[in-house]
Amino acid sequence: MAKAKAQAQAASVPAFYVTEDEHEHSGGSTMLGFWLYLMSDCLIFAVLFATYGVLGRNYAAGPSGADLFDLRLVAINTAMLLFSSITYGFAMLAMDKGKQALMQRWLLITGLFGLAFLAIELYEFAHLIREGATPMRSAFLSSFFTLVGTHGLHVTFGLIWLTVLMVQVSKRGLIEANRRRLLCLSMFWHFLDVIWIGVFTFVYLMGVLK
Amino acid sequence: MRIFRILPILPLFALLGGCQMVLLGPSGDVALQQRNLLFASTALMLLVIVPVMALTIFFAWRYRASAKASYDPDWNHSLPLEVVIWSVPLLIIVILGAMTWMGTHLLDPYRPLNRISAGKPVVEAKAGGNGVRKEPLVIQVVALDWKWLFLYPAQGIASLNEVVAPVDQPIEFRITSSSVMNSLFIPALAGQIYAMPGMQTKLNAVINHAGEFEGFSANYSGAGFSDMRFRFRGVDDKGFGDWVQGAIRNGSTLGREEYLVLERPSEREAVRYFRDIPSDLFSAVLNMCVDRAKMCTRDMMALDARGGGGKEGIHIVAQLEYDKSVRRGGQPMPPRPFVTAICTPTDVYGTAGVTARAAN
Amino acid sequence: MTSYPDWWKLIFGRFTLEAIPYHEPILIGTFAAVLLGGLALVALVTRYKLWGYLWHEWFTSVDHKKIGIMYMILGVIMLLRGFADALMMRGQQAIAFAGNEGYLPPHHYDQIFTAHGVIMIFFVAMPFVTGLMNYVVPLQIGARDVAFPFLNNFSFWMTVGGAVLVMASLFVGEFAKVGWLAYPPLSGAAYSPGVGMDYYLWALQIAGVGTTLSGVNLIATIVKMRAPGMDMMKMPVFTWTSLCTNVLIVATFPILAATLALLTLDRYVGTNFFTNDLGGNPMMYVNLIWIWGHPEVYILILPIFGVYSEVASTFCGKRLFGYASMVYATVVITILSYLVWLHHFFTMGSGASVNSFFGITTMIISIPTGAKIFNWLFTMYRGRIRFELPMLWLLAFMITFVIGGMTGVMLAVPPADFILHNSLFLIAHFHNVIIGGVVFGVFAGIAYWFPKAFGFKLDKFWGLLSFWFWVIGFYVAFMPLYILGLMGVTRRLSRFEDPSLQIWFVIAAVGAVLIAFGILCFIIQIAVSIIRREQLRDTTGDPWDGRTLEWSTSSPPPAYNFAFTPIVHDLDAWADMKKRGYQRPLGGFKPIHMPRNTGAGVIIAGLATICGFALIWYIWWLAALTFVGVVATAIAHSFNYDRDFHIPAEAVLREEDSRSQLLGKA
Repeated sequence: MAKAKAQAQAASVPAFYVTEDEHEHSGGSTMLGFWLYLMSDCLIFAVLFATYGVLGRNYAAGPSGADLFDLRLVAINTAMLLFSSITYGFAMLAMDKGKQALMQRWLLITGLFGLAFLAIELYEFAHLIREGATPMRSAFLSSFFTLVGTHGLHVTFGLIWLTVLMVQVSKRGLIEANRRRLLCLSMFWHFLDVIWIGVFTFVYLMGVLK
Repeated sequence: MRIFRILPILPLFALLGGCQMVLLGPSGDVALQQRNLLFASTALMLLVIVPVMALTIFFAWRYRASAKASYDPDWNHSLPLEVVIWSVPLLIIVILGAMTWMGTHLLDPYRPLNRISAGKPVVEAKAGGNGVRKEPLVIQVVALDWKWLFLYPAQGIASLNEVVAPVDQPIEFRITSSSVMNSLFIPALAGQIYAMPGMQTKLNAVINHAGEFEGFSANYSGAGFSDMRFRFRGVDDKGFGDWVQGAIRNGSTLGREEYLVLERPSEREAVRYFRDIPSDLFSAVLNMCVDRAKMCTRDMMALDARGGGGKEGIHIVAQLEYDKSVRRGGQPMPPRPFVTAICTPTDVYGTAGVTARAAN
Repeated sequence: MTSYPDWWKLIFGRFTLEAIPYHEPILIGTFAAVLLGGLALVALVTRYKLWGYLWHEWFTSVDHKKIGIMYMILGVIMLLRGFADALMMRGQQAIAFAGNEGYLPPHHYDQIFTAHGVIMIFFVAMPFVTGLMNYVVPLQIGARDVAFPFLNNFSFWMTVGGAVLVMASLFVGEFAKVGWLAYPPLSGAAYSPGVGMDYYLWALQIAGVGTTLSGVNLIATIVKMRAPGMDMMKMPVFTWTSLCTNVLIVATFPILAATLALLTLDRYVGTNFFTNDLGGNPMMYVNLIWIWGHPEVYILILPIFGVYSEVASTFCGKRLFGYASMVYATVVITILSYLVWLHHFFTMGSGASVNSFFGITTMIISIPTGAKIFNWLFTMYRGRIRFELPMLWLLAFMITFVIGGMTGVMLAVPPADFILHNSLFLIAHFHNVIIGGVVFGVFAGIAYWFPKAFGFKLDKFWGLLSFWFWVIGFYVAFMPLYILGLMGVTRRLSRFEDPSLQIWFVIAAVGAVLIAFGILCFIIQIAVSIIRREQLRDTTGDPWDGRTLEWSTSSPPPAYNFAFTPIVHDLDAWADMKKRGYQRPLGGFKPIHMPRNTGAGVIIAGLATICGFALIWYIWWLAALTFVGVVATAIAHSFNYDRDFHIPAEAVLREEDSRSQLLGKA
């Protein structure tokens, strides 16, 4: 009798709660959240690009990009970062196949390329500063150092993150959480690549054009 | 109940009669037109605001729970009503937008005046016509810390914290600042415009009534800001001539050296007059090169437009520094050893960071 | 100034004993009061052995409800500070006439108006709004927590870190003297060499990190974690407005961060972004800061529009009129808020076409805003209105806000703005929309959701008293400012010449005192309600006959919010469930997966705050140390994989059974 009543009710009243599945936790949202974070980071770069756009020709009677930039060096630098993106891609492919050792190796190579990139950038900065073209010299140099330096800072943090992840993978293996983190770093790394393409074109290539 | 809310305000309206709202009864034609726009936009918006307020009170009273008025808990949509609530504000904004577009262009501070007042256009002088074209009186304005300097290039005089102009004479203010942002505002005359270092803004205005009016900076600029006030006087042509003669007679010299002293921060300066002013003083202020040791920003920008000064230009910093030398409080800026020491073996500032302003 | 030896500078940076303002009686009095109050609090907490409880149940909690409550508490505390500043300003302006210098020299007064603006926006309005969103949104969408619970805790503590720095500036050194948006070159190293400006920069930078991350968090929560059946057009309006607000936060706070970072570089490294010389451009700062600043006011008001919408439909006992147009209006406002920033500086001389473009886009925003007002209005039409506190706040808002809207459109007409810009008319306008809009709405929200958070209603008598003091106080305080604005009085003046102005400042000061009574009554209201909590108890979980999902669970809700995730069929999900005879599930519970508390957020934010303090005082070794500490703690935290646990089914059963008993009694 009670059962029949419940059935009758069930017929007229739809289900008001989920009895079966667990509500999804952060796993599913992590990618979206990280993507949103990247977009916010992208806005920081947007401001820096805009600043460079406004101030990039204010040489204050000092040197311009054409006087300072060594395109060959920057081209090598760009290659380093692009290669690191490719090798990171190989690492992700290895991860998909579950080949942990191979993935670690690719990550290591990625890290080395990243380090090379940073080393070249630091060399370039040191060289500029030694010549007297410091961030304090002109608004152009202020915005140049800040834009490129902020990118470099991101790469630095990416490298620290990469190292931490390599340790974590070696300790825990390719568990779900680690895969997710590797995917996040992957997005971060490629994002830095995209930003660099912008820097290379907008700052360096267009900077040497008179 | 709601009506009681406005009760405390009512006696205040009595007070309103006693105060002079300069924005609502200005003495300059530009300010008057700006006020008219204010009135028009207010009137337009009251068309919506008043019914909304009235309906809010009415509905709140009519549909209070205890009234047992008609109750329709599922009524939540009505296409005609939604069309109205979107289109009425839209219509008002269309009208207001059109007024704004025209008003903004007509009352653009950069635009030379086309009328002295309603019915008195600025036109070529013609026999029998009531319009008289007058070349605008150019007044160059420098906002200093914390006082105002007014230069009259055609008359060759300048005044501190006082500005005088003939009635019904178009005035063209050219405005800059020596250090930080200020805003030149003479409420009785016309709306304000920022005074910014290294940049020039313009304001075209005319005063229609003789009298003494208040002017001040309307943008906070530091400790002496509250006293950064000046008098604006509208006088007749003769009065203006007398004033100019007086300034020439009584004024002191204002050369570059004197300007650099005057420029130092000070508060509550009394009205003073100056003569023997170099014709390029304002331009030098604008280009931040009153101190002859400095490169004018005009020249710097010209150089930049040609691609900068090249590597040879790297070390010419002292000539370009402005903020970083002696500023507020007369104290030289301390050099920043933590940066220069770490980053450069050579001192990028040279000795410039500390000892600029030789002229002082 | 005595000179300090090198070892002192190495250890303490530019901190000197002169930086302690012991010669300022007001500050020393405040410091003594804060110290005594703080000691008393510490003693009480220690006496009742609450440290462990506070640490484990609150500080380290990742429960969105507790974090939401902590945000609200932060907002109230900072409101007291910000309002004390307001009272001091009103007092100064009421007496400083005709040669009377008042009691605040510019050095002090200028800090106060800067601190007032910064605190009220960043550390009062923002925590209030974030707190409401944090508490309510997951409950409204039928979720058990936010998407990133740890991040939520961290965001909160970063906001606290910023607030701590602002408060520290009161007793150690000074605060900025530049106005709340710190326009350069005035805020640059050349014209503001002291620590005040650096307090400003680091406090906002640290708090801004928290705000941005909390924005990311809430977007992910709303997009990913809605109960089944709740598609976008079935989301409660408050959730909708929260979503739009958080989109605005994520899309603007990075701009603030970058802009402040550039100014920081100018001040610390000597770059030339916003300097007058060497190619810098101060106008760029003004543009950038307002590209953040204008959306910021919509960040504050949009969720509050949501609060009003919930309040309107609940207390009119009716569906919200024009849900779809409300949603579209919100989205339109979100987008348009990016296209109006220049109206904050028409007087910079951008030229007529640029000015009129931005003037007209500004006016266009008033169309969707007007539509919203009409929607609330017609929600009342044929309703059955219960004049509980939230509803009273809504009515006061509707009357007050339209005045603020009208003066706002007046300011949007560029030629009119030329005469009103930076005047007290402008001050009256934005207090009209922020107090009449945001603050009234926050109080409406507190009165509305308080019973949900604590299981008892707020005392109505003291609430009414607070309400009338606030509303009348607002009009008395700010209507004179409109008049003064029309008399051509500009803002941020600390003394006046024209004695005919004084009466208006005195009236405004009286208004400020009335508002102070309003705040006092609010605090008494909370205290009285806690004391009388048994009489005010609500056992149903649904004291207002609510319409959205948060009212379907108990008050206060269990840690897991919902024993079973609800399924949504209609816009007002809970009203729909009540109408169609929803039966609360009494058995068959399963273990519930929940995030575990962690202290990492407190530690990282604490280190970041110390790092900020060290940077302000040039204590480089400490800055480096704490920065490394921040990175190291974050890395260490990432090695902790054990972040969640299951609430066993029996515990859920116990919790739900106790609710059944309460409901049986009711």
